[in-house]
Amino acid sequence: MLKQIEGSRAMAEAIGLCRPEVICAYPITPQTHIVEGLGEMVRTGEISKCEFINVESEFAALSVAIGASAAGARAYTATASQGLLYMAEAVYNASGLGLPIVMTLGNRAIGAPINIWNDHSDAMAVCDSGWMQLFAETNQEAADLHIQAFRLAEELSMPVMVCVDGFILTHAVERVDIPEQAEVDAYLPPYEPVQVLDPKHPISIGAMVGPEAFTEVRYLQHYKQTLALRLIPEFAVEFKARFGRDSGGLLRSYRAEDAELIVVAMGSVNGTIKETIDEMRADGVPVGLVTLVSFRPFPTAALREQLVRARNVVVIEKSLAVGMGGPLANNVDLALRNVASAPQVHSVIAGLGGRPITRAALHRALRQALVQPWEGSHFLDLNEKIVAKELHYVRKVRRSGPTAENLLRRLGQAAEKSPV
Amino acid sequence: MVTAAEMLAVAAFLEGRHAQAFPSFGSERTGAPVVSFCRIDDKEIRLREPILEPDALIVQDPTLFKVIDVFQGLKPSGYLLVNSNRSLAELHLETIARQLPAGHALTVPASELALRHVGRPLPNAALLGAFAGLTRIVGLQAVNAAIGDAFAKNIAAANIAAATAAHDAVAAAAAAA
Repeated sequence: MLKQIEGSRAMAEAIGLCRPEVICAYPITPQTHIVEGLGEMVRTGEISKCEFINVESEFAALSVAIGASAAGARAYTATASQGLLYMAEAVYNASGLGLPIVMTLGNRAIGAPINIWNDHSDAMAVCDSGWMQLFAETNQEAADLHIQAFRLAEELSMPVMVCVDGFILTHAVERVDIPEQAEVDAYLPPYEPVQVLDPKHPISIGAMVGPEAFTEVRYLQHYKQTLALRLIPEFAVEFKARFGRDSGGLLRSYRAEDAELIVVAMGSVNGTIKETIDEMRADGVPVGLVTLVSFRPFPTAALREQLVRARNVVVIEKSLAVGMGGPLANNVDLALRNVASAPQVHSVIAGLGGRPITRAALHRALRQALVQPWEGSHFLDLNEKIVAKELHYVRKVRRSGPTAENLLRRLGQAAEKSPV
Repeated sequence: MVTAAEMLAVAAFLEGRHAQAFPSFGSERTGAPVVSFCRIDDKEIRLREPILEPDALIVQDPTLFKVIDVFQGLKPSGYLLVNSNRSLAELHLETIARQLPAGHALTVPASELALRHVGRPLPNAALLGAFAGLTRIVGLQAVNAAIGDAFAKNIAAANIAAATAAHDAVAAAAAAA
């Protein structure tokens, strides 16, 4: 049913249609509306045979999901930012034990400095924890990916994180087609666990494993994600056949067939990039886009196939690995490793801590990539003036004080006296 | 809290159009200036940047003129609707209004209408009714249906009355202009 609805509410309804049996989460912006919606649906009976468990922290939220999943329940949780970090140990346990939990990540920056707005730092912090990570471009896809995520997680007995841009998607009110229960039931069979804690057939889950088998446990975890490279596109095709929509898959391309410059990006910024590409195409500039949906598993071969004919690749990402550069750019580089006459890869760091990514800024960056490509990371819309002033100041003054406060003063956003 | 932008998006949706409403990316605390956005189109809306050049600007609180430049980016063909029981001249907005096409700038006493019909000075519904009358981008019927979706029955009826009164006042002013 077509609805004009907040993204968080749309996701809550889609998750409800997946018939979760245990939901536990601890509130943190910008994920809160999703679990509020689910809590209400459990209370009113809209979601039946489901227990909503209130917990005291994110660590507890995922730990409850782990226990519930091990006991054979379809388990769901959601978090963001510092909440994800607080549950980090449990994140690795869920994947290491092979428990098919689905978690929404309302993508948000990580402090310090504290910031509630959107970027992908949280997802990147745990991208190698063994969870699969799918990134939504729109709220329609955010809703749809949850349905596919339960299918994928349970097929492989591995957890999946659905990554959704905080505020930009979670708080946007737009058109979303919410599927019918019977259709979701036909797409997503009841959970049939591969391992279950059952008093009638006692087993233990969570053995200590020494050097004799640890590598093999890890190898099989990795092997399952390589299987996901085949399953994710299959489930997307099946999804389209049933629901009539292109949602999910490993990646999608847009006007990339004959493009000399191809942009690679994840999440909601792809919409703005498409508008920019249309404007550049109208001026005769051969630009295209590859939207990455699956970051883990990383679709190395599929991405290589998309990019190999281009001359330049510009990776636009909302994350920064401090001291290295863009983690997505690094992964894209890997996809082109050992390719003869591979395209040049240029990295753009954008949208950190919720800074809007505008068409104007994208035009400037993409045109620069065509005429004067850069080495290293380009920080989109960096305020070079206040950075230069701060650098100059800290060179002169030993006790220069906290960076964040200094920069806010330079912007006139803090009341105290300005630095020298 | 249902924002005016969200109700406007629902109204456009009910008319079969695509709409996207989203809150400001600024810091939100009680009393601080708050901005929300709404895009309406006949095709899928892919753009995710804040609205930098609005076709229409609704100002809920005219005291903001002293704090921030709310008119930044407003298109020369745009519309301006201000919640006030004073005139554009009294608000010192005639210079701005002259930069827009004749009849595109108006004030409407939305808080006053809300007080009269709803009993509380919450101007959202009245402003949307006035917006429909001024721009005809959405119809009053769809606005009223969106208000009906957003509120419980009695409160909805009161807000619909406020929206209709504001719509009719603006339509009369436009006819006189």
